[in-house]
Amino acid sequence: MSEAVPSLSAPPLLKVEHLSMRFGGLLAVDDVSFHAQDGEITAIIGPNGAGKTTVFNCLTGFYRPTSGRCALRHRDGSEVLLERYESYQISRRGRVARTFQNVRLFPRMTVLENLLVAQHKMLMRASWWTVGGIFNLPGYRRASAYAVERACHYLELVELLPRADDEAGELPYGAQRRLEIARAICADPVLLCLDEPAAGLNPSESNELRELLRKLREDEKIGILLIEHDMSVVMGISDHIVVLDHGSKIAEGVPQAVAANPRVIAAYLGEEESDEEATGNGASGGAKGNGASNGATSGGATGSGASNEATDKGVES
Amino acid sequence: MSDSASQSAGASGASPTGASPAGGMRSGGGGERQVLSAFPPLDIPAIIRELAFTTLIASALVFPLLTLRTVDSVEGLYIESRWMVSFMAVALVVAGRLGLILLRYGKMIYAAVGGVVAILAAFFLPVPSLFEVILVAGGAILALRALVDLFLVVRQISPSARAEFRDRGGVWVRRVLPWAAGLAVVFAIVLPFMPFSSRYLIDVGVLILTYVLLGWGLNIIVGYAGLLDLGYVAFYAVGAYSYALLAYYFDFSFWICLPLAGLLSASFGLLLGFPVLRLRGDYFAIVTLGFGEIIRLILINWFRFTNGPDGISSIPRPSFFGIAEFARKPKSDLPSFHETFGLAFSSEHRLIFLYYLVLVLAALVAAFTLRVRNLPLGRAWEALREDDVASASLGISRTSIKLAAFGISATWGGIAGSFFATRQGFISPESFTFIESAIILSIVVLGGMGSLTGIACAAVLLIGLPEVFRELVEYRMVTFGGGLVLIMIWRPRGLLSFREPSIRLLDRRGRLRFAVAGRGVGESLCAGATGGATGDTTSGATSDTTSGATSEATSGTTGGVGR
Repeated sequence: MSEAVPSLSAPPLLKVEHLSMRFGGLLAVDDVSFHAQDGEITAIIGPNGAGKTTVFNCLTGFYRPTSGRCALRHRDGSEVLLERYESYQISRRGRVARTFQNVRLFPRMTVLENLLVAQHKMLMRASWWTVGGIFNLPGYRRASAYAVERACHYLELVELLPRADDEAGELPYGAQRRLEIARAICADPVLLCLDEPAAGLNPSESNELRELLRKLREDEKIGILLIEHDMSVVMGISDHIVVLDHGSKIAEGVPQAVAANPRVIAAYLGEEESDEEATGNGASGGAKGNGASNGATSGGATGSGASNEATDKGVES
Repeated sequence: MSDSASQSAGASGASPTGASPAGGMRSGGGGERQVLSAFPPLDIPAIIRELAFTTLIASALVFPLLTLRTVDSVEGLYIESRWMVSFMAVALVVAGRLGLILLRYGKMIYAAVGGVVAILAAFFLPVPSLFEVILVAGGAILALRALVDLFLVVRQISPSARAEFRDRGGVWVRRVLPWAAGLAVVFAIVLPFMPFSSRYLIDVGVLILTYVLLGWGLNIIVGYAGLLDLGYVAFYAVGAYSYALLAYYFDFSFWICLPLAGLLSASFGLLLGFPVLRLRGDYFAIVTLGFGEIIRLILINWFRFTNGPDGISSIPRPSFFGIAEFARKPKSDLPSFHETFGLAFSSEHRLIFLYYLVLVLAALVAAFTLRVRNLPLGRAWEALREDDVASASLGISRTSIKLAAFGISATWGGIAGSFFATRQGFISPESFTFIESAIILSIVVLGGMGSLTGIACAAVLLIGLPEVFRELVEYRMVTFGGGLVLIMIWRPRGLLSFREPSIRLLDRRGRLRFAVAGRGVGESLCAGATGGATGDTTSGATSDTTSGATSEATSGTTGGVGR
């Protein structure tokens, strides 16, 4: 936490302060604080069950954190507190967009429709909550054409424009991932949260993804928050990395520093020191020690920790 | 698109000959035999065993169901045995099985002849009317299947080519559907003036259209928003009783009550929606079921207000837009319709008027639905149906969007209800039982959720067929059930299950439908999708800048006929 704020010039885009999330006896996120900068890619990494997705769900309104605050600075300088919003308000008032660990498109709608749904609020207002839209008033017509144009722009960015009229569910997996990202940007966020965008991609696809994220950072000037297991992606493009383990932050900094950090290596490759183990278990109240400490030796890639499963269920139900 | 289709068609045309050597090994010989390799050789003992087994099962089922019947007569109860009927039933089952076996072994001609014989037998043999229907339907299905199989064999169409053929058939259906639907609309408009039309036919037409109206209303909840509503009849009842009671207590005319009934139903929909929409799936279905029953029980028990189970009679009939009445001697101060328009009095005038009234209401609902489907609201419904977590992350408020679906759907239900009340002239809670909800829901599900044309087809099948078979009296509902089962076997996702996108970037000919200016979007799009002729299309697109939106509007309306 010592090197937390790179206090160069602008105030940070996102300030997460003392965020905690408790599910019954399970402390999934324990007093996590970090900052994310505008126009930068901030990665959150950690072994399975470390609480990364839970942090995301707190930021995007799916969970209400037990304590702590998440302040997001908008372009006009105003600051909003994300933890106060319902999930559906996050997109408009919080201007945070997200993707999901397991792709969540609208599979039977076309690619273009998926992107138009992302612009729901704008179109809804332009159609006067459908009253004006029914009569196809000029205002709605303009908004609708604008929405299609925006959608086309982002489709071109993710190289899906030729498939605009195909059903989203028919796309290959990698394309679905890209479409989900395009859909999230279409919602016009200032902070884009990507939950394991490279999961399930082959090496060339994850290369493309890296290029895409770089392009997004430069073109859109938005902050990107990234959860990722694929180290080649994380180390290649992140400006700033936050490492979580057992629900608490164990390191933070630029990629090289994090990669060299002994605690991070220990968390990923399994740890021998008994004191580390003790603090980890102590923090999580012992309830989920099995998931991480057993799985720690095999790295973050395999085991499906208990808490990770719990968070997935939480999102779905 | 068309290129690739014709290419693959060519490839499939070649494939049967490529596959033929395997079939040619068979000794039976002849060109016909080549694809017949799919058929096993005739195995008489196995066939006899199968038939015996069928006989056994059929007898076991038929004996308790058909053979013994208790008859209530003056001397008291006695049991009548109907051996002849049971024997015929078993024989029918065995004959049907034999037909299927023949098809399986590739004896199509025998099967076809058998089917024709069955149809003839229905007309010439003295069998009960239910058996007649079964004979005709079974014989026709058998003969048709035999002919189709025969065609496939003679033309040497391999299974893969069959699948291809079916796919192309699907594409063809999608292309033809708008025209077919347009024709159906024209037919519906001219029906009352056709030479063959009769009072009865128009009456059935009104009934079918009422269910079409209800189906399209429910479709918004079930088909678009993806919520299983088992209590839609509640809104129907609210609409009917709103009109009946408003007319009874306040003497309101039909034309004032129609929108009022819609509004009242909508408010009931919202009232129900608020507590219920947080539920999902089965729980939601059960609560709506309960709501339907609650409304019915209130109508029965609130005797002083609704006249309870006795219902409300002499509900005023609609006037001709407040200009004239359809009665021979109007009770109100309005002139009578036939005198105003210088016609001879006919009781059919009112019926025809009702027919057109429900037709216009249905057209209104269709136009509204198709328009809203292309608006953000409609897309939000579908998005919520597809994935409500993702929808929430994109700023779609689950509650308000679903409430809108509920309110709109309830409005249409209420309007259908008040039409029902004015048509019948009498309503009672008995008209609004759960079976009505079930029928409307089956129409939506069998038609293909979200497809207006499909729902209309299903309404014609499910409401029209039992009417046609009305002379079967007690077996009428068997045709209803049979229709349900057959559709579920052949088209498990509904009659017309494909989904037309609410918006397309390219129209069927591969032209840009929207003016997408700048950024070279048009170029890369056309290069990707159609290949070649890029410059032409993009220039077309840029000159289209002003007309882009109008072209969308027209596409909406043409699609309106289509779906």
